[in-house]
Amino acid sequence: MLAYLIRRLFQAAITIVVMAVLVFVGIYAIGNPIDVLISPEADPAEIEAAIRRLGLDQPLWRQFLLFVSNALRGDLGTSFVHNEPALRLIIERMPATLELAVAAMLLSIFLGIPLGMIAGLRHDRATGRGIMAASILGFSLPNFWQGMMLIMLFAVWAGWLPSGGRGDTVPLFGVPVSFLTLDGLQHLILPAINLALFKTALVVRLARAGTREVMLQDYVKFARAKGVSERRVVLVHMLKNILIPVVTVLGLEFGSVIAFAVVTETVFAWPGMGKLLIDSILNLDRPVVVAYLMLIVFVFILINLVVDIVYSLLDPRVRLSGRAE
Amino acid sequence: MRTSLRCVSVLAVMAGMGMGLAQAQTLTIGISSEPSALDPHYHNLGPNNAMRRHIFESLVGQDENQRLVPQLAESWRTLDDTTWEFKLRKGVKFHDGSDFTAADVVYSLCRIPNVKDSPSSFTIYTKAVEAVETPDPYTVIVRTARPYPLLPVEFSSWAVISAPADAENLVFDKDGCDYGDWPKTADFNSGELAIGTGPFRFLEYVKGDRIVLARNDDYWGEKSPWEKVVFRPITSAAPRVAALLAGDVDLIDNPPVQDIPRLKENPDIDVASGLSNRVIYLHFDHFQEPTPGVKGTGGKNPFKDRRVREAVSKAINREAIVERIMGGLAVPASQLIPPGMFGYNPELGVEPYAPDRAKELLTEAGYPNGFELVLGTPNDRYINDEKIAQAVAQMLTRVGIATTVDASTKSVFFKRRNKYEFSFYMAGWGSGTGEASSPLRALVATRDKEKGYGGTNRGRYSNPELDALLDEALSTVDDAEREKLLQEAMAVAMKDYAILPLHYEVTSWAFRKGITYTPRTDQYTLATSVKPTD
Repeated sequence: MLAYLIRRLFQAAITIVVMAVLVFVGIYAIGNPIDVLISPEADPAEIEAAIRRLGLDQPLWRQFLLFVSNALRGDLGTSFVHNEPALRLIIERMPATLELAVAAMLLSIFLGIPLGMIAGLRHDRATGRGIMAASILGFSLPNFWQGMMLIMLFAVWAGWLPSGGRGDTVPLFGVPVSFLTLDGLQHLILPAINLALFKTALVVRLARAGTREVMLQDYVKFARAKGVSERRVVLVHMLKNILIPVVTVLGLEFGSVIAFAVVTETVFAWPGMGKLLIDSILNLDRPVVVAYLMLIVFVFILINLVVDIVYSLLDPRVRLSGRAE
Repeated sequence: MRTSLRCVSVLAVMAGMGMGLAQAQTLTIGISSEPSALDPHYHNLGPNNAMRRHIFESLVGQDENQRLVPQLAESWRTLDDTTWEFKLRKGVKFHDGSDFTAADVVYSLCRIPNVKDSPSSFTIYTKAVEAVETPDPYTVIVRTARPYPLLPVEFSSWAVISAPADAENLVFDKDGCDYGDWPKTADFNSGELAIGTGPFRFLEYVKGDRIVLARNDDYWGEKSPWEKVVFRPITSAAPRVAALLAGDVDLIDNPPVQDIPRLKENPDIDVASGLSNRVIYLHFDHFQEPTPGVKGTGGKNPFKDRRVREAVSKAINREAIVERIMGGLAVPASQLIPPGMFGYNPELGVEPYAPDRAKELLTEAGYPNGFELVLGTPNDRYINDEKIAQAVAQMLTRVGIATTVDASTKSVFFKRRNKYEFSFYMAGWGSGTGEASSPLRALVATRDKEKGYGGTNRGRYSNPELDALLDEALSTVDDAEREKLLQEAMAVAMKDYAILPLHYEVTSWAFRKGITYTPRTDQYTLATSVKPTD
């Protein structure tokens, strides 16, 4: 187990370094942030001075070395745009995104797994077919359009829910969260649904496929033959065995929901990290983009690790070992 | 089923409560671009400059047509050609209750060059200042090295912040004032130092979500009818319109042009539009030979020939662009500033559309079969920018100049333009000073670091006659004489087809019935311009 962890951490470190180099060079190649940030009224002398102030007059390799030496001391740079530490800007936005991601994941789990199991158990009936048809819709609707439709339906026409923003927040252990206030909860509903629809469809399909496979297994037949109640067969024996693929996929999806909820955050003006990333890319705010993607790599690696551990808990046959697979 | 019904009714109750919270005294504005900081000296760019005007003021103000009006200075005059006297308003208080005096002006002037890592500094508005004297707390005397008529305009562009107690006796020094620790940008963002004299006080700033301001009840001028103003950045256009339709915001800026007719038909929504200070123009490469993007001229740069530039101008149907692409929300341009601004030359007319004459001119210039051309343009910077470029390309192709459009996102476009990769490009210019010297100096004056000319003259146009007129105008303090010189300089540039103005952008704001917005030429969205009608 320990050797396994060490090897994973080593892989993680390499991935983070490669990521940092790629992003750093990539953004350098796009353009000079000063061209976007500076007032058009600025004269040539001021343009030069601004480039010097931000250290952009240095050759790329020297800028990169400076970045690396600072990063080793835990300083991922200061945003060109906001003049605040990049990491702090990201961490400030993180609670909003995490809250949205968790809400969306919970929705997709608690809607997706039951619906998927029903669809699997009644795969030849109208209920099963209906659920599958609906899941195709969930897959194929473009996220941006779907978000706009939710806004038009629930905010503009019905007037039940706000069209965007985060609403009132209250601190929970010092972190601002919105799900504890009524106003915050109202603001959370639509973006969470928008983000959850695709994942729900995914979970429905996985759960259905798993259920159909497990239904035919000997241990299910045996349990039934033994006279175990149908309720227990479905909720214990079947549910536990379909969870492995669901956990794998949800783990990966959770990472991408955190990192790239950009479209939903943009449509609902949700002040999360995804919106920060997009704004930073548009402004070529390199320190923020680099720090962001490094953090995301870290989050992905962490989630994968957690997924592996959850596997071993769900399925005792899986053992985490230091030996090569 | 029963649960879902219950859910719906809970939702309805929640929504009802939400509406009850929205007081009539609160104004919520959806803004398309968010300021990068609340530090008024940090980032000289539109969204920041608009936001700071709520909290911080300048010695001189600009009204909605960018004409200068007294603000923290009650009056100003020249004592001689290089000495200006500003008489400060008495009885003005900062939000923390301290008095506004000349020491605050000196402190602000001193701090502007000392903002750490500013991506766009305000020093361009203070560098003309040689020396500052404060004979009494309500008089500021400013000396410049040479006659400098733009001083009051530039003094309307930077904000006065409150001087701490230990800076009361600070003396202005052009080479750096002697003072310990200058305030940090983060301290303004947190609200700690967001203390100005303006009509609104800082209440809350959550990056990416909202900026909340409260009315300053001790304001020296006209007090706002709004107790509280909430700015919500909604950068994407369709959700911004949806927020207005849903009643979540009272006013939005930059509604998409294609949505404006529909918004106007909506009985609950009003739209206000006004001419802006921004001109959309086409610039030629006047310098490189051969020039990139031009083919079929045997290596020659065709734009060095005035006849070719005139042909290009005559081949463009400006009326059609305004009518069909801009939906009437633009005005064909005759020069680099819109009518009504200081230095506008009424004798210059909009270039008439004359494709046949354009072909003749091309033949005269030795290009009877035209040539190939690439037109560079950003695709996310100006209203309908790429569509306009496509239209221009088609019009040019019709007279024989086979034009293709090379459109890219603004960060890529500006980088390539600044590296002189285009022989012909489209861009826009908003006159921040509200008069003619701003575009003349930046776009068509010969590039010169010492004089600060030609900062955005990426066609490298150079005309000694124009430079001389501009030099003279910029050292003529008398307004009437200076205006004449600027008009002349404008005529020189236009008659030489140095640059082709296409149209002036019209800026729009959409808002719910019951309020009005007074459009501003500087395109700023200010809560002070919003008034209730009921």
